[in-house]
Amino acid sequence: MAIGDSEFLETIDARVVARHGLSESEYTDLRSRLGRAPNLVELGIVSVMWSEHCSYKSSRVHLKKLPTTGAAVLQGPGENAGAVDIGDGLAAVFKIESHNHPSFIEPYQGAATGVGGILRDIFTMGARPIALLDSLRFGPLADEKNRYLLERVVAGIAGYGNCIGVPTVGGEVAFHELYASNPLVNVFCLGLAPKDRLFLGKASGVGNPVMYVGSRTGRDGIHGATMASEEFSDGSSAKRPMVQVGDPFTEKLLLEACLELMSQDLIVGIQDMGAAGLTSSSCEMAGRGGTGIDIDVSLVPTRETGMTPYEIMLSESQERMLLVAKPGSEDAVSAIFAKWELEAAVIGRVTDTGRLVVRDRGRVAAELPVALLTDDAPKYERPLAPPKFLEQLQSLSVEGLPTSASYNQVLLTLLALPTIANKSWIYDQYDHMVGTNTVVLPGSDAAVVRVKGTSTALAMSVDGNSRYCMLNPYVGGMIVVAEACRNVVASGARPIGVTDCLNFGNPERPEVMWQFAMVIEGMAEACRAFGIPIVSGNVSFYNETKGLGIYPTPVVGVVGRMSIDHVTTQWFKGAGDAVMLLGETKEELGGSEYLASILHREQGLPPELDLDAEKNLYGCCLELAASGLVRSAHDCSDGGLAVALAECCLAPGARTGATIDVANPVGIRRDAVLFGESQSRIIVSTRPDLAARVLDVAARWGVPAAQVGRTGGNRLQITIESEAAVDVAIEEAAKAWFEGLPSALKGT
Amino acid sequence: MKVAVIVFPGSNCDRDCLDVVRDVVGASVQPVWHRETVLPSVDLVILPGGFSYGDYLRTGALAASSPVMTAVKAHAVRGGLVLGICNGFQILIESGLLPGALLRNASLRFICRMVGVRVERTDTPFTTRYAAGQVLALPIAHADGAYWADPQTLRQLREEGRVVFRYAALPGSPGAEANPNGSVDGIAGICNQTRNILGLMPHPERASETRLGGVDGLALFQSAVDSLCGA
Repeated sequence: MAIGDSEFLETIDARVVARHGLSESEYTDLRSRLGRAPNLVELGIVSVMWSEHCSYKSSRVHLKKLPTTGAAVLQGPGENAGAVDIGDGLAAVFKIESHNHPSFIEPYQGAATGVGGILRDIFTMGARPIALLDSLRFGPLADEKNRYLLERVVAGIAGYGNCIGVPTVGGEVAFHELYASNPLVNVFCLGLAPKDRLFLGKASGVGNPVMYVGSRTGRDGIHGATMASEEFSDGSSAKRPMVQVGDPFTEKLLLEACLELMSQDLIVGIQDMGAAGLTSSSCEMAGRGGTGIDIDVSLVPTRETGMTPYEIMLSESQERMLLVAKPGSEDAVSAIFAKWELEAAVIGRVTDTGRLVVRDRGRVAAELPVALLTDDAPKYERPLAPPKFLEQLQSLSVEGLPTSASYNQVLLTLLALPTIANKSWIYDQYDHMVGTNTVVLPGSDAAVVRVKGTSTALAMSVDGNSRYCMLNPYVGGMIVVAEACRNVVASGARPIGVTDCLNFGNPERPEVMWQFAMVIEGMAEACRAFGIPIVSGNVSFYNETKGLGIYPTPVVGVVGRMSIDHVTTQWFKGAGDAVMLLGETKEELGGSEYLASILHREQGLPPELDLDAEKNLYGCCLELAASGLVRSAHDCSDGGLAVALAECCLAPGARTGATIDVANPVGIRRDAVLFGESQSRIIVSTRPDLAARVLDVAARWGVPAAQVGRTGGNRLQITIESEAAVDVAIEEAAKAWFEGLPSALKGT
Repeated sequence: MKVAVIVFPGSNCDRDCLDVVRDVVGASVQPVWHRETVLPSVDLVILPGGFSYGDYLRTGALAASSPVMTAVKAHAVRGGLVLGICNGFQILIESGLLPGALLRNASLRFICRMVGVRVERTDTPFTTRYAAGQVLALPIAHADGAYWADPQTLRQLREEGRVVFRYAALPGSPGAEANPNGSVDGIAGICNQTRNILGLMPHPERASETRLGGVDGLALFQSAVDSLCGA
């Protein structure tokens, strides 16, 4: 039976096309490229593959600008995840991905399946996942809805990660009203694999069997990818059935089965069925292999009867994989999955036709050129324009801002802000120790896990500062990379690779697209300057509700490598140590947390970033860590120097006071000294007799450095040019910082 | 000492136990799949932590009827050592090898953090290297760890000296609650009448290396070695 005259030919009118998220011009283009009208199954397949989520149609032209190569890169973007050589014959395989839209519609399952999806991306490559981190954004906790979203997202991450037994070792969370209707859930995962046994999502070898393994297919998540490519409106709760339901127990079985499979010589390629399920996995594998694929959906194990080809191709049921087996190894593959009580079925063959053929009991239900769905999917150079309000927002006259004699209360208020406060209410719900690799528990600048059987440890940080990116997306883009690298460096590790998750509004708006383009330029510039490649990533557009979009929110995950003997944490290690400040404090209040939360202005220019100074700071800090000269190191970021000092004082299970005097040679505003967010600064502590050597190292790297005080006592006292500015009891600071988040969650 | 670590579908601390017993304790150890009906010749069987069968039905309930559990019971009857950690403790209770129940934490949330654990009894094969009353720093990581037993069972446990570990304030950790999960009488671990079966919620295998922040759990495994070598 020929395409076009079957029962699948539901009348495809403008309404059906629109419901599939294709524009009129895209549909016209599709018809002319096919030389006929598609049937409904084909329309469904094309609509998900041409969705923003799968096709990167708005972002591709910009993403090309990111540096992705380097001597240690084993796998760059385009595969399930990136991979970097970490020595000892091992590869670190990592990626960050968003699950924003589903997490707003159904926060528990949305977040849980976000974790499940990124885990599959990692073990699809043949790597055992050893660490998860999350970057989250919510609206203010004064609103009950936002408290609900935070609690359920955290529970969903915990429910999935804890059960499968991959530790959630770190992350970050920030709050702003623009995320109230568009919370962000970005999940980072890192795994380890033998570097000569990385598996790719490639269908090669004409005639090779195509196998479906894992859970059965149900009717859940149909058109999830399309949902993630639209703005939200009032009717969004009706999209709840589009959110998939996760089963971490099955994923654990799938993980172990896949790794057992990969330890033998049985397969040529494998890919996770994530967004757009069987559709994307089959045509992406054929696309990468330069082949075709011919599958019969009646052979797919299903959870319910009567599923149509359309439903089977578009289901986003979780915990499934598609693989291409070596000829004759079908039974061996099936035996491994049977041991783990999972489905395995041969559903088709690799062909040389360059076409995706979908059959139902032998009868062709859809036939499309693979290239049309992958490389030749639409690409747009969308119009760019800076937002009209930008110049006004960037102007900030500091002269008019109020000053104060004592900043005690300001410091305590900042410490209690949910964005800054201690996050143990969140990470205590995550199993962050399973795997017995977690060397630095959550709460320090970066998470650190050891690599068993080697002397290596890996540091990881996810970071993003959307206010900076809103005020100047180019500088903001640079700072996002720099801050995450600085966190990794402060923990003693040299950055070796980056993964990025780019969360933006509607790309059809020129202002959003301009922000996107500028952020990429900034990130690319910083990565080039630091010599670190971006090896994987994800773009999430359409984070808008009723026309109101989020701030541009690029989030990056940076991975660093170090000797396990050089691990450094942010906390002071007891009384009597010298406290040193590396880097220069400038009068920079623009875009700061202090300006936003205390003075209620989101204005000004973000702090400057001198890439050379930043790079020298890294070199200096790494030398200090490697030579054992420092006992702690902490990056200055949100809340500036005063908040960073307080955080150094508040170790898990211990409190250390400090007496600090900061020089102010050019007489900048006192609040800028305390709370300004000048970049390229790290606070270190050292034994007093080593202070001079720390200054020597800093001088050699050209990094401005000064001893600013001593640890000890039970107060944090900060003077500026000997004049009192802050004097708080450590217990008071601890109370503000530790209770900030739990009390905000009580809605008080 | 020869050790077997049972692997149930959904176990996720099995590899951690294997690593610690082999690389830190230095004993011979092997994984045993839950479908096995015969145990290899071993002195100690560890039921590891995790989410066997995804915690479906009740924690530990489905694993308790795994084929291997018949062999584990026979091993225990012969006087062999059995250690259940976290989900392993839940499985021991569900299979009737230890009394009581493990309920949802009082906070209703999963809790992962370092807690204080007081050694109440040193007269078990797992605790001879500790001092009575010593407070250990051990991590917990569970959602269902609130120990419960009826008053009669509790009385019996106390009278027979079978409450081996209780939660206690962790020195140097101001503000942390002594009883993290609402366990009755602060119970963190118990043993059977013949003292060869121990179940506890905290994870000694996560506190056996200085690199990971503490070694208070290591002596538990070393005590087991001592007991077998007649030390």
